[in-house]
Amino acid sequence: MIEIRNLYKAFGAQMVLNNLNLSVRRGETKAIIGRSGVGKSVLLKSIVGLMKPDSGSININGVEATNLNEKGYDRLRMEIGMVFQGGALFDSMSVGDNVAFVLNEFLNLDQKNVRDRVAHALALVGLKDVEPMMPSQLSGGMKKRVSLARVLCMEPQIILYDEPTSEIDPITAAAINHLIIELHDKLKVTSIVVTHDMNSAYQVADSIAMFYRGQVIADGKPQEIKNSTHPVIRQFITGQAQGPITEDESLIFGHVK
Amino acid sequence: MLNFVIKIGAATNSLVRYLGQLTILWSQTIVLALTPSFKGTRSLIQAHRIGPGSFVISSLVAFFVGMIMALQMAYQMVQLSAEIYIPKVVSVALTRELAPVLTALIVAGRIGAGIAAEIGSMTVTEQVDALRAFAVNPVKYLVVPRFLGLVLMLPVLAMLADVIGIWGGYVICVYKLHISHQMFWKMVFSALAMKDIVTGLVKTIFFGMIIAIVGCHQGLNVRGGAEGVGKATTTAVVRSFILIIMTDCMITFIFYFLLNV
Ligand SMILES: Nc1ncnc2c1ncn2[C@@H]1O[C@H](COP(=O)(O)OP(=O)(O)OP(=O)(O)O)[C@@H](O)[C@H]1O
Ligand SMILES: [Mg+2]
Repeated sequence: MIEIRNLYKAFGAQMVLNNLNLSVRRGETKAIIGRSGVGKSVLLKSIVGLMKPDSGSININGVEATNLNEKGYDRLRMEIGMVFQGGALFDSMSVGDNVAFVLNEFLNLDQKNVRDRVAHALALVGLKDVEPMMPSQLSGGMKKRVSLARVLCMEPQIILYDEPTSEIDPITAAAINHLIIELHDKLKVTSIVVTHDMNSAYQVADSIAMFYRGQVIADGKPQEIKNSTHPVIRQFITGQAQGPITEDESLIFGHVK
Repeated sequence: MLNFVIKIGAATNSLVRYLGQLTILWSQTIVLALTPSFKGTRSLIQAHRIGPGSFVISSLVAFFVGMIMALQMAYQMVQLSAEIYIPKVVSVALTRELAPVLTALIVAGRIGAGIAAEIGSMTVTEQVDALRAFAVNPVKYLVVPRFLGLVLMLPVLAMLADVIGIWGGYVICVYKLHISHQMFWKMVFSALAMKDIVTGLVKTIFFGMIIAIVGCHQGLNVRGGAEGVGKATTTAVVRSFILIIMTDCMITFIFYFLLNV
């Protein structure tokens, strides 16, 4: 479904994606873990065509996306929903209009139908009666959930989640995880879930890919990742301050003695 | 010396590149404005944001400029006992030149800055990315309505400024220089031809395009956070001012030398 081959992306001298390979099968939920700043968001943005990779191939549904122009990409994007890390809600519109954005933009539905669908999508993320509020009146976690509702409204085949459960309390996070699993089981949605929350990754993912220095250094079932003996992975999933990752970076950070 | 030449070269290069980018955005806007689907209400919303708010300040300025012109001219004309010509000069200068340009500069300051700030903050908060991710073209969604709103509203504002500016001249001519009411309007209408009004309004269409394209271009190309938005806002105003004045000069040239109007 999504095949990424030899992807490179640099910002100036900073190499972010360095020969990255990743494949996500149809109907699979892939979790991506990795330290802050490794390029997880950059990868998601490259998949939706918001950033152009320097080289490499991104194949979505059999279409080579890197060759597409903006118009061609738009056809792909109709099938892909992206939940932005910061929510990216349209702040001049009410929550209701935000969630209804795709419906209003592309479908000619009557207002009652739109309202029902919006309320349904909001209910899925555990929000009620927030339609008249403006995004600036929402908490960070609410914004994130409205952003997810906005994506659900378009009923995409592929959903890219950029940290869907960060800023969200454990109970709501569990509900979001449950929702991701339901979308996977019932609607056969293909998903990529970028997350820092290892519990969430273990729960929702069919497979987990770990990013390190611009590459995928491990990709396997949650159990395999959990039991991995690779020192880098061990340090990351157990959350140790000392280990190979930080030793690498101590060259940059400097040691506190 | 060589350094100087290199600097000039680099500056010319970046100027040409900038104008190229504006031209690209302009042509995209025109093409997208002409392709369905049409969402007329969006342009009307923008026009509504531009028009009424700018009307008070642009007509106030035009009114005072009309008065000032009449006064400044009286200073010389009275000595020649030629004050009877003041209504002519004031009305022609206003409609051909001053009302369109001053209105455009005011709108560039008020609306151009607002456009750059609004779109700029949408860019830094990834709202523009979100539009693209939802397969919505940001030029179609954000630029076209502002462009049409300005191209629609600026001529209207300039026309109102024409009228109010002439009334400014009227106040001085009638109450200070004691030209009669009938005489004032007779002189105004004998001087004003349709072409004076039309050339003025044609200019405002170009000015409206400049304000919209420069503001949107700055907004869409913001780098960095709040500081970037601030910079984009200032730059948008400065660049629209310069481009408006340059375009004004060019259009006046064309009208005068090529079309003889
Ligand atoms: N538009 C940009 N211009 C320049 N550098 C960028 C840009 N976007 C991202 N980067 C750089 O690319 C690197 C990866 O950024 P990215 O946002 O993908 O990190 P991330 O893995 O999503 O981190 P986090 O978990 O904190 O969200 C960062 O070092 C960042 O500085
Ligand atoms: Mg990120």
